[in-house]
Amino acid sequence: MTPAIKINDTHKYFGNLHALKGINLTIEQGEFFALLGPNGAGKSTLISILAGLIKPSSGDISVMDFDVVKQYQQARQLLGIVPQELVFDPFFNVREMLRFQAGYFGRGPENDAWVDEILEGLGLADKAHTNMRKLSGGMKRRALIAQALAHKPPVIVLDEPTAGVDVELRQMLWEFIKKLNREGHTIILTTHYLEEAETLCSRVGMMKQGEIVALDSTANLLNKFAGKKLRLTLGSIVLPAAIQALLRSHDKGVFTFALSDMAQIEFVLSILRSENIKVIDMQLSEADLEDVFLSLVGQQ
Amino acid sequence: MPKVSRIGAYKISPSWRGPWTLLKKEMLRFWRVGFQTVAAPVITALLYLLIFSHVLEGHVQVYKDVPYTAFLIPGLIMMSVLQNAFANSSSSLIQSKVMGNLIFVLLTPLTYLQFFIAFLLAAIIRGLVVGLCIYLVAMWFVDLHVVHPWMIIAFALLGSAFLGTFGIIAGIWADRFDQMAVFQNFIIMPLSFLSGVFYSIHSLPPFWQKISQLNPFFYMIDGFRFGFFGQGDISPLISLTIVGTSFLVLALITLKMLKSGYKLRA
Repeated sequence: MTPAIKINDTHKYFGNLHALKGINLTIEQGEFFALLGPNGAGKSTLISILAGLIKPSSGDISVMDFDVVKQYQQARQLLGIVPQELVFDPFFNVREMLRFQAGYFGRGPENDAWVDEILEGLGLADKAHTNMRKLSGGMKRRALIAQALAHKPPVIVLDEPTAGVDVELRQMLWEFIKKLNREGHTIILTTHYLEEAETLCSRVGMMKQGEIVALDSTANLLNKFAGKKLRLTLGSIVLPAAIQALLRSHDKGVFTFALSDMAQIEFVLSILRSENIKVIDMQLSEADLEDVFLSLVGQQ
Repeated sequence: MPKVSRIGAYKISPSWRGPWTLLKKEMLRFWRVGFQTVAAPVITALLYLLIFSHVLEGHVQVYKDVPYTAFLIPGLIMMSVLQNAFANSSSSLIQSKVMGNLIFVLLTPLTYLQFFIAFLLAAIIRGLVVGLCIYLVAMWFVDLHVVHPWMIIAFALLGSAFLGTFGIIAGIWADRFDQMAVFQNFIIMPLSFLSGVFYSIHSLPPFWQKISQLNPFFYMIDGFRFGFFGQGDISPLISLTIVGTSFLVLALITLKMLKSGYKLRA
């Protein structure tokens, strides 16, 4: 089957800055894919190239086999992109904006039922006739997502869709997006909330400094970097040098260690005992996507 | 395997609903703030008319058998048409750029030509609406006869198209409102005020007559006025050729800018 997105050896230079260093990535139709990476990793540049807002220096990107540069009209028909910035047009209300957005893609009044479905699904129905500038931040974010969906694109890119939004909206949004994914829409998500990516996405790509440093199913990534997190409350102490290499983070006397196996627990505790450091509290948990992320792209 | 919705993919051939939607949105945008975009320029033009006709009527006669107030009206109409055509495309683009909502158009399958046509037509329509309103109100003051209606229509269309296109260039080039003000205050205003709206260039010294002939606004206003009185400072066919050619050159530059994505796509 034709891949939803195919990115082939794509480079982007901004002057001397090599922002994308030969990205190769294929996302299949129907996938729920997370593109993760720290700020400046190149995620937004990649999405902007996909959207046609930035031209690649070299390489090809296609949406369902339509090249985003040479066949941009067909490619954009298939793509719905939620921009990261909270932008809006102050002259119009929510329903007007959705109709305009659908109209740009050639959709007319026959699309109104879908517009109603989006408004309902995103909790915007009672704001349909409210001017965009009168909406709260969370409502503006919903309207922004609704605009990207207005032409019912089969491939949906959500660039930080939940940045700065409350829990209720997040849950509502993810329920709606999961429904779209179940109906066959391909979802590509960038987010800083790694637990969202872990819960929702079947596959993850991690970027660092313009390169993809990990690309696998979420389950495989978690298995590959399987480990434990040991949280010890030790109070104000100087950590012995022998176990500093295992330290992930510490805050106000609470030290978190990243352990690759259970044997290391006894190693850490024995070192602490030998230094007469008392363990006030201890917690052990499984590694999550955040641990994988941090081990691959470094602490941010 | 989940069934992929391809509804969005069926309409992949370029459709005119896209540019029509953009045109409709652009027209609604200025209509929503009609007091500012239509009523205000009409009032301004009428104030010019009242003041200049009061001061100069009976003292100045530019064309034989044409009272000064009658002479003034076509110039004021055309000046407003031009200024508002420019204001529409330029202000819409700079606002969309500064507020970031231009992205909603840039993400769509609209071609650069469709983008150009939509913004251009909206600019022409606003210019013509303002011009028509001034004409209708001015008819209360002076009985204006129309000698060559097609000449009036041709110059109004070409003039507003020229300025609408220039507004697109300004809107694309400017990154901030103060840069746009440079266009408005240092190019559009002087060129429109020094184009012969209030006088015939034959009343100027020869040197300034030559300078005036470098001003494209002069040909638009003189040609437009010719349509009313059948007389002007220069042959209307020369004016029509100059205005038409200027528009085509400007349109080609704009299309080249849009095609390359200048300042719109990195």
